[in-house]
This record gives sequence, structure tokens and C-alpha cells, in this order.
Amino acid sequence: MLMRVFQSVVGALFLLHCSLASAELSIEIIGAGENQTPIAIVPFGGDEKLALTIKDVVVSDLLRSGLFRMIDTEGKSPHEPAEVLYPDWQARGAEALAIGSVAAQPNGRIEARFRLLDVVKQTELAGQAVSASEGQIRAVGHRIADLIYEKLTGDKGVFSTRITYVNREGLHFKLVVADSDGYNEQTVLSQNQPIMSPAWSPDGSHLAYVSFETGHAVVYVQSLYTNQRKTLAGFSGTNSAPTWAPDGKQLAIVLTRDGSSQIYLIRPDGSDVRRITFSGEIDTEPNFSPDGQYLLFISDRGGSPQIYRMPAKGGPAERMTFGEGANFSPRYSPDGKGFVFTHRVSGKFYIAVQDFQTGQMELLTEGGWEKKPSFAPNGKLIMFASEARERGILATVSSDGRVKQRMFTRSGDAREPVWGP
Amino acid sequence: MKKFLVSIILVNLLAACASQKPVEPEAAAPAPAPVVEEAPAPAPVPVVEVDPLNDPNSLLAKRSTYYPFDVSVVQEADKPAVQAHAKYLSEHPNRTVRLEGNCDERGSNEYNLGLGNRRANGVKQMLLLGGARESQIQTVSYGEEKPRCSDHNEACWKQNRRTDIKY
Repeated sequence: MLMRVFQSVVGALFLLHCSLASAELSIEIIGAGENQTPIAIVPFGGDEKLALTIKDVVVSDLLRSGLFRMIDTEGKSPHEPAEVLYPDWQARGAEALAIGSVAAQPNGRIEARFRLLDVVKQTELAGQAVSASEGQIRAVGHRIADLIYEKLTGDKGVFSTRITYVNREGLHFKLVVADSDGYNEQTVLSQNQPIMSPAWSPDGSHLAYVSFETGHAVVYVQSLYTNQRKTLAGFSGTNSAPTWAPDGKQLAIVLTRDGSSQIYLIRPDGSDVRRITFSGEIDTEPNFSPDGQYLLFISDRGGSPQIYRMPAKGGPAERMTFGEGANFSPRYSPDGKGFVFTHRVSGKFYIAVQDFQTGQMELLTEGGWEKKPSFAPNGKLIMFASEARERGILATVSSDGRVKQRMFTRSGDAREPVWGP
Repeated sequence: MKKFLVSIILVNLLAACASQKPVEPEAAAPAPAPVVEEAPAPAPVPVVEVDPLNDPNSLLAKRSTYYPFDVSVVQEADKPAVQAHAKYLSEHPNRTVRLEGNCDERGSNEYNLGLGNRRANGVKQMLLLGGARESQIQTVSYGEEKPRCSDHNEACWKQNRRTDIKY
């Protein structure tokens, strides 16, 4: 524990303020992973402007993971393996080296060729051509960062994934989808009534969410490709807390049509509504296990809001969290071995994880207004809603608690983020 | 826009006309005998009965119930007002209310949606017990989504933990 505190303090001293080029967003990174791989990202050859963006994106992606340290590339610009003088890079302390070139095709498509080299063994670790349509240069950068991350850490990269969140500005609400670094914001829905609880379909093609546009909470499902949407559940009372089963064939939702908030299953077309909890208390925030067999949810049936687990088709519930305080918003880790949740104790909200086998809770954050965590698809990072400078912001923490970052959106309060596929 | 303004003016004029008393047909009344001194006339008795809903001194003027943290039962202090609303609704079967449950921010949004629902339902049950009809009452929960006050302190939170009774 003391060691942990010490590391946090040291981490805070090395606070990196990456003021990214655009005014739309700023990102701060605090802390560092235990083992950081020193890597040099050489500016690509070819189109200089495209090359600059690629380097920016790759460098900030890798730094955000906390697992890499950047080696200066000043005065060196190899673009092909034959041009690389390995002793130079060894002298600078690099263990890995990324080189390549990028060009815009006559039809506007961007094509980048990239190689990852092992400086110590003097071998090529990976080589790939990455292409994207015009204007998608950041996507090329994210893909290259993913390839580097996968090759050097053994885990899948998540830089090409997307996130969704609700942005509240006064009484105006916007449902937003953005790249995992907060860039490339797209507004899915914009209105003067609350929007809450966005949920990704497993294939990333649809969002389910709660909107108050008709005066009460109704669940909608919207396609991110066609923008078409339909009402999933608009029963009398409150319709909320949608979450998809991993096979995409059904959702769990919460309805009050029979009295208190209870959990129901429903098909994506709104048919076959089946009630699966019968507590008469507040049962809400369901989340499916990765194998689809179980649901985690919260209930105050025991007196205070706590996390429970039950078979997804219905059945007896088992309490998962005990002890002081209350717990909210559980979400399974992608490997199904544990879950992340919001822990409230002594007036503060923390992001916490718990392992099913040990039953031990571990706090990942220092506490404050930290809510609604969700895992990145690789399970290595957790995104949550936080607060800083009197604004609602997006934040991430590595699943070992060592690396944290804060993302400030352009304006308003960012709320209810969910990491998508 | 201009058209809209004109309509508003027209509506106002019509309203003004409607509230005027119809002019009595003039009878050839004899000139009244001049009265020299008279005691002041007693205050006129209002002809139209005032709807007690509009009486600022009535219990019905109280349109919100307030709660301790994570509690949803109607508190003693608010019971007389809720009972007055129940009586009013039972006596005015054409009136309807919308009960809006709200919470402070110390929970998850979804838990608070459930809690706001429970608060609104608590008021509804008391209205039903007092003689109001099911068909007169609609409930909705806003959870923590529509705070009256947005600071992180008890002074603010206690204003947000409430059910609004809206006619």
C-alpha cells in the first residue's frame, strides 16, 4: 500500500501534459507502467503533412497506455530497413523502432507502409500496409499504434476502438460517439431533454440509450450507419438501463411498468418482453457476462445498493459486494474473471475492481466524483466519468491502477462514457 | 414572427373583452334622489369562488415533498400538504397531477431513476388513500437528471431530493 502511494506521488511528479494540436480536446497523463518499452517513432517519408499527423497520433496513443517511453529521433530519418543504422539507435537507448512512408493516392485514399524493428536483435518484428479513405488519417495512425502495441505487449490494441458518452451543457444534452482518444466526435442525438445510459451493440453498429424527449424515460435503439432509430421500450413508467447480450440477440432493460424498477429481457425488435427479477425493490444496471450466462446488477433488496449476480435467464441472485458503503454500475471484465464498478463510501465515489475468485475489492482511483466505469475491449484500460476544474470529464485508468489520464472535452460536462468495440 | 405577434395581441384583446361584464340594456330609470351622506358600502362579496389551488395561503400552494438521503417515504412535515392535494383531487375529479420524482447526485444515474420513481409512487399512494383516483395521477422519475441546484453540497442536494406535484 505504502509502495502504491509512493508510486502515485512519483507518478504525479512526472505528470505529462500532452497539449494536443487541436483546441477541441486536451489530454493529461499521470503515472507510468512498471516496464516501459523505449521506442523511437521516426517521422514517415512521403507526404510530410500526413506523416506528421501519423506520428502525433501514434506517439500520443502509445504514451496514453503508460507502457512506452519515447526516444528522440532528432537528426535521423530512415524510412527503409536498409537505411537503419542500429548502433545509433542502441546508443540512444531505443529497443524498438518504427519507420515507414505515407502517400495520398490519386483517388484520395491514404496508404501508409510501416515496419517495426527490434533494435536489440536487429530484426523486423512487423511490416504492414495500412490504408484508409480520404480524411481518415488519424485512423491510419491508430491502426499503426495498435500493431506496435500488440507486437510489443502481447495484448490487443484498443486505439482504433470508439467510445460513446453524453455531453451536458446547461439544459442541452448531446449523445456523442468519438474515437477512443476523444477525437473525431460525432453527434448521434442532440436535444434539450436528458439522455442517459448509452450501450453499444456487440458489433458496434448500434447504440441503445435512454431519452426523456417524450417526457419520461424511453429506451431507443439507433443505427450508427443509417442514423435510423426505433423505440425499443416505451411502456408506461420508466424504461431504462439497456444492455446487450454478447450474441446481440437480446437485451436486458429495466422497466417500472409493474411497480418498482425490475429487470426484463427483450429482443432487439422490442418483442418477447420477459421479467426476470421479482424483488419489488430497485433492481437495475444489468450487465451480461462475456459468455452470456450471467447478469451482474445492483439492488437495494439488502438495505443499500449492492452488486448481485444471477443466471441471465432468471433464477436466484447471489450478493457479490459486502462491507461499508454502496456499490453501483457493475461491468464484467472481458475475460469474465472479475468486474469493475463504482464504490461509494464516506461521501466519495471510487472506481473499484473485484475478482470473482478472491472476492476482494481493490480501489483503482483516489476518490471523488468517479462513476460509470467500463473496460476497453482488451481489458487493460478502464474508462469512467470524473470531474476536474468543476467540469465533468472522461478519464481512464489502467486495470492495475498505475496509469491515469484525463480527457477534457471542448465544453460542457462529459457523462456516462462507455468503451465500445 | 409578425403574424405571431398580431395573434398574441388579438388573443389578449379577445380575453379582455370576454372578461368584461355584458352591458345591461338601458332602462329609462328615474334620476336617483341625491344622497347626501351615506355609510361606506360593505366590501363586495366575490361572486366567483377562488380555486383553492390558486390561494397562496392554502396548503395546496405547497407543491413539493422533500426527503432525507436515499429515502423515499413521504416525511411527516409534508403529509398535511399531500393530504390536502388528495382532498382537492377527490373533490375535483377533472383535475389531474403529474408527480415528478427527483434525486441528488449521490448514486448512479440508473439507481436514482429507480429512487425518483419510488418517491413519486410514495406520493401517489398517499393521494390514492386520500381519495384521488388512479386516472388523475401520472408519475415520472427524472432521477438526478434535472437538478434544481448543481453544487456538490447538502444545501444543494436537499433541494434536489424531492417530488414535485404539478397540475
